[in-house]
Amino acid sequence: MNDALVSVALREIAHGRTGDKGDRANISIIPYAPSGYAPIAAQITPARMRDVFAHRNVGRVARFDLPVLAAFNFVLDDVLQGGVNGSLNLDGHGKSLSFLALAMPVEVSQAVLTDARKARRAVEGGI
Amino acid sequence: MTSDIFHIGNAAGFANDRLDAGAPVVAALIASGAPAALFYETLAERTLAFAQRARLADPDAGFTPDLESFLAPVLADCVAHNIPVLGNFGAANPLGAARAVHALAQRLGIGTIKVAVVEGDDVRAALPGLQVQAWEAEPLFDVHRRDILAANVYLGAQPIAAALALGADVVVTGRVTDSALALAPLLHHFGWNEADWDLMAAGVLTGHLLECGAQITGGYFADPGYKDVAGMASIGYPIAEVSADGGIVVTKPPGTGGRVDSQTVKEQILYEIHDPAAYLTPDVTLDLSNVFVRDDGLDRVRVAGARGWPAPETLKITISFEGGWLGEGEISYAGPGAAARARLAADTARARIERQFPGIAVRAEVLGLVSLFDGDSGALAHAMGDCEWPDVRVRIAVNCDDEATAARAAREVETLYCAGPAGGGGVRRHVTRRVKTASCLIPRESVQPRIRLVAADE
Repeated sequence: MNDALVSVALREIAHGRTGDKGDRANISIIPYAPSGYAPIAAQITPARMRDVFAHRNVGRVARFDLPVLAAFNFVLDDVLQGGVNGSLNLDGHGKSLSFLALAMPVEVSQAVLTDARKARRAVEGGI
Repeated sequence: MTSDIFHIGNAAGFANDRLDAGAPVVAALIASGAPAALFYETLAERTLAFAQRARLADPDAGFTPDLESFLAPVLADCVAHNIPVLGNFGAANPLGAARAVHALAQRLGIGTIKVAVVEGDDVRAALPGLQVQAWEAEPLFDVHRRDILAANVYLGAQPIAAALALGADVVVTGRVTDSALALAPLLHHFGWNEADWDLMAAGVLTGHLLECGAQITGGYFADPGYKDVAGMASIGYPIAEVSADGGIVVTKPPGTGGRVDSQTVKEQILYEIHDPAAYLTPDVTLDLSNVFVRDDGLDRVRVAGARGWPAPETLKITISFEGGWLGEGEISYAGPGAAARARLAADTARARIERQFPGIAVRAEVLGLVSLFDGDSGALAHAMGDCEWPDVRVRIAVNCDDEATAARAAREVETLYCAGPAGGGGVRRHVTRRVKTASCLIPRESVQPRIRLVAADE
């Protein structure tokens, strides 16, 4: 087993979805495999999430850990620049934002990466 | 013996959802032989305000415009097999929706059916006299403002269960919590004690899992190469099999597209959740802290571990009010230098709009490089390099108080045909009236839901 860490996009080991309520968004970050939980818990901090959305004047960022479900829930205040009611962005709901979060780099072992790839349900060549 | 398992199908997760999702769900419910119900969730936060506007223009309107298209493929089978149909498709006019359902039943040759309405969610007239409290961190809303379009309280499952107890084939509601549409048939079927918080939590979780339709069966999930989904054009909408002790299995109709597995279910569990330990509903405070999922065969997932705590003393109301106007204009550029020409176009239109309407909120962006992720300042776009042959679209958007200003700002984009950079094409303009919403809390006892059957000739 090679223990050297590699830097990959969060999307390689986790998936997620954005939801909105007013000017607040939640972004779930769900590791594909159980071994992805620990590196996310250690590295994808609220402070890092806030940095990713700083250009949108995000306010408070909270992370709720769900170890039983094996998932994380980030809640980002004021990130929708008015939300669906007031935003000038085409995507006023912020539905696309989970993919900005999933672009964050994370350092993982080859084993974690392999576990995630096995757990993903990708079809060779697409469907 | 199947009566200890109750099946709940969902056939719509919002008002503009697929119209043909219901038939495979109902066919599966019938084939199971189990007692069952079907529900439609069609009321997003602002939908009621648009419905109120529609009703002001036409007193017979104000319910989900596609109600008949949703129900026509399934109503006869549901009535014949004692599968009650529930929906918040009443919106701003539950009685109007009930009449439309009766008319549809006549037209389909089903004959006379029982249609119940749940009313009492509309608190606009009573608003100035209510003891309104602030919701979370929002400033307390001024209930005396004159531009309020709609004010509705989120009702829970109990009045809907009472409607089922009247023997209704169809239950029409206005604003209720989405989850109540699934909890209510469970309350009615199992006779659950409404103070058994863990059972109530299981019922609310069932509703939360199903309320967005295909979002749990492979819709809004596919990411080719990472999360592939087969049969997206015919995704099966979800069915929950719920046991008397609150056990939940999520599945979908056989022979449909999509997928149900722990990944699709987890994304939906956390959808629109804030504090997972305290998801507040009028029926129970749902605690997701110990919820877990287990794959239970192909396209079957078991969900367990929901805990419940007493329901809050207050109910949430959502108030919609005039939100001004949105003006938008778009124009495209392609080929060599397109990004530079598009930026010049965006800067030109912005400068002209700001000159004519000082202080206006304006966004000028280039779609195709980076836009959705960006803030209104364009900070990300400025940091982006160009690709060699982009095919990009300039978009200008403004917020303002009046329609004329919105139209004039959008018109500035069209002036780019003759006065903007070279080679712009494909202008489109939109002017849209906006609605804003605010939330408040009111004491539970200040709301009295009304439940009754609506006669076919009423």
